[in-house]
Amino acid sequence: MRANNVLGIIHAQSYGPNANGELTSIRTSASVPFGGRYRMIDFPLSDMVNAGMTQVGIITETNFQSLVDHVGSGRPWDLARKREGMFILPPYNTSSAMIGHETRLSSLYSISDFLNKSRQEYVLMTDTNTLYNINYRDLFKFHDEKGADITIVYKHGKAPALSDLMMFAIGDDKRINEISISNGGDAGVETNYSFNIILMRKSLLEYLVRNAIAHNYTSFERDVIQANLPNLKVYGYPITGYSAMIDSLKTYYKASLDLLHPENRKALFDPSKPIDTKICDNVPATYGLDAKVSNSLIADGCVIEGTVENSILFRDVKVERGAVIKNSIIMQGSVVSTNSTLNAVITDKNAVITPNKNLSGDESYPIFISKGTTV
Amino acid sequence: MARKNECIAMLLAGGQGSRLGILTKKIAKPAVPFGGKYRIIDFPLSNCVNSGIHTVGVLTQYQPLELNDYIGNGEPWDLDRTDGGVHILSPYQQIEGTEWYKGTANAIYQNINFIDKYDPEYVAILSGDHIYKMDYGEMLAFHKEKEAACTIAMLEVDWEEASRFGLMIVNDDGTIAEFEEKPANPRSNKASMGVYIFTWKKLRQYLIDDEAKEGSSNDFGKDVIPTMHNAGEKMVAYPFKGYWRDVGTIDSLWTANMDLISPEAEINLDDPTWKIYARSPSAPPQYISSHARVRNSMVAEGCNIEGDVDFSVLFANVTVEEGAVVRDSIVMPGSIIKKGAIVQYAIVAENATIGENAQVGAREQDCEKGEWGITVIGENVTINDKEKVPAKSMISEKEEA
Repeated sequence: MRANNVLGIIHAQSYGPNANGELTSIRTSASVPFGGRYRMIDFPLSDMVNAGMTQVGIITETNFQSLVDHVGSGRPWDLARKREGMFILPPYNTSSAMIGHETRLSSLYSISDFLNKSRQEYVLMTDTNTLYNINYRDLFKFHDEKGADITIVYKHGKAPALSDLMMFAIGDDKRINEISISNGGDAGVETNYSFNIILMRKSLLEYLVRNAIAHNYTSFERDVIQANLPNLKVYGYPITGYSAMIDSLKTYYKASLDLLHPENRKALFDPSKPIDTKICDNVPATYGLDAKVSNSLIADGCVIEGTVENSILFRDVKVERGAVIKNSIIMQGSVVSTNSTLNAVITDKNAVITPNKNLSGDESYPIFISKGTTV
Repeated sequence: MARKNECIAMLLAGGQGSRLGILTKKIAKPAVPFGGKYRIIDFPLSNCVNSGIHTVGVLTQYQPLELNDYIGNGEPWDLDRTDGGVHILSPYQQIEGTEWYKGTANAIYQNINFIDKYDPEYVAILSGDHIYKMDYGEMLAFHKEKEAACTIAMLEVDWEEASRFGLMIVNDDGTIAEFEEKPANPRSNKASMGVYIFTWKKLRQYLIDDEAKEGSSNDFGKDVIPTMHNAGEKMVAYPFKGYWRDVGTIDSLWTANMDLISPEAEINLDDPTWKIYARSPSAPPQYISSHARVRNSMVAEGCNIEGDVDFSVLFANVTVEEGAVVRDSIVMPGSIIKKGAIVQYAIVAENATIGENAQVGAREQDCEKGEWGITVIGENVTINDKEKVPAKSMISEKEEA
């Protein structure tokens, strides 16, 4: 199949109770800041564009103000187009069926019109709590070669603590023979778990969703995928290279610090598959006379006069003289004042740490400072 | 006809900038990188947008490819507009033949039709070789208040340096009494910044007259402005206070970059009310390794620093390997400084490679008197391992046979 014959659907809200923990209480999982200058949605969105896909719909549920602000018209991804491009699909109620976006299934049903009028014959669905940089064209090729009805990208490893998590028994030919569904109880178990990147014919998706809704089913994973496993050829495509699924603040913290390893950065920020994001026109980072920075990622607009080690600083972070930041993630616009020390701390945007504070979390349990908080 | 604009800007970006040597071999001066992520032209363009001028004609002539590409549809400056926006104006073929822009005034003359389309009351004439932040809106208000035919932005410079500039002798009421072009013994320290606002009706006629005049060099400074002044038109000087630098030479380009990292920096680019916009590459945040030491420097996105960086400006995607030292230097996008190399008092242009243990440039105290200067490594140049490039030299790419 050709990439421009594949419609992209991105779920801005990852489903499940503890999707990204504290970071998603004020925003969608799609707009969770990551890696110094990105938002989680930048990864699937850039991958889709890099593969040559030309039409992407983003399904939103609640708290999507920051998402709309971030993606705007879709221009950074060259998706602000007259013909096709990027579409935000907010929930709406129709008079016949009062269906919003409460579940993956109902959200797909409520975008029936969008699916129907798109000219593409295939649909690629992704979530926004996953990190990877894969070439979707390889996935399309795999799907064609296998003659699959549905292809689902999976990862072999310890299952994340997410609900509605599909776990697969996969044959040597990569066909999925069995699906079990976990609701967080299997966290940590070594398995093949779904990365929720799902490819199928649009007509099949429309049929399956319509059918499930008609039967008053509620779960996409159980009632659509698992229930139809005997009737359909469902294949698993293994993810290679660096990848992570965020299920908690702890995994967010770990995935962030993973970027300090050059091989992970290389995999995620492959210059041949660039990750694009909103342009903010910050000045380059400036380092003062007493700056001491080691093993850290620093974004534009930062002003560093203090010490930064093993940390990630987002845009416009100010580190005053005598301040020490270790093993921490400091989000956009935050200020760490003179002689304050942070260890294993995650601050959300625009947090202010006043002088002479000492905050220390543990790498297994980082301290979280919420957006705009003054400590 | 387009919607009427009160004031539009014409940006003179055709200059070769020959005093920048190999830096402008393939690009026009306004396209020269500056300040870690900008190009010189970002300053006047951002000033226009921040001042509320949304129609800008950019006059290009010398090596326009990279500049045209950079400006593109004007989106980084919010100049991709239905009404107005940025327009690249190159010399074009006409019934009577094709003419290059003969001088600054002729460049505007050849684009009278473009300006007329917007039917402006006023036209700002700007140049693409200065680093400054200026509200042209305030200058326009001044021009209107004085009911002038021409307003020239003026800056008080140090008396010792005054003889390098075009100077103005200004009366108490702000009108200009006399012009002096780079005089040996200056009588004034009020320098012209190369920023003009004209009442379009007046300027239009003077441009037509100047074009018809035998022997005119069709230049604003040499011809049009003196003619207007002699004809008794009201010419006023608009006093500007703040940072303004001509970056037309290697030394001034280097110094202006260093101004950005000086603790007493007179120009603040980190000003949310007056952002300088630029077309940005898509690069991840910079990585500073545990072997690195970065101080007193400005570093852009995509850099990978494992060596020592001190008093330097590093553009996007620069690599400084372990044990390499970059001191008092400017390194433009995509260049690589390999292990153990030392780069001092140098400007390294885009995508250059400095080999392992090479030495580029030198400190003033290590040179014979008169032999010291900024070293320039041109675009795509490779300096071999252990090679020594002395102070003040300029190394450019070897021409392909």
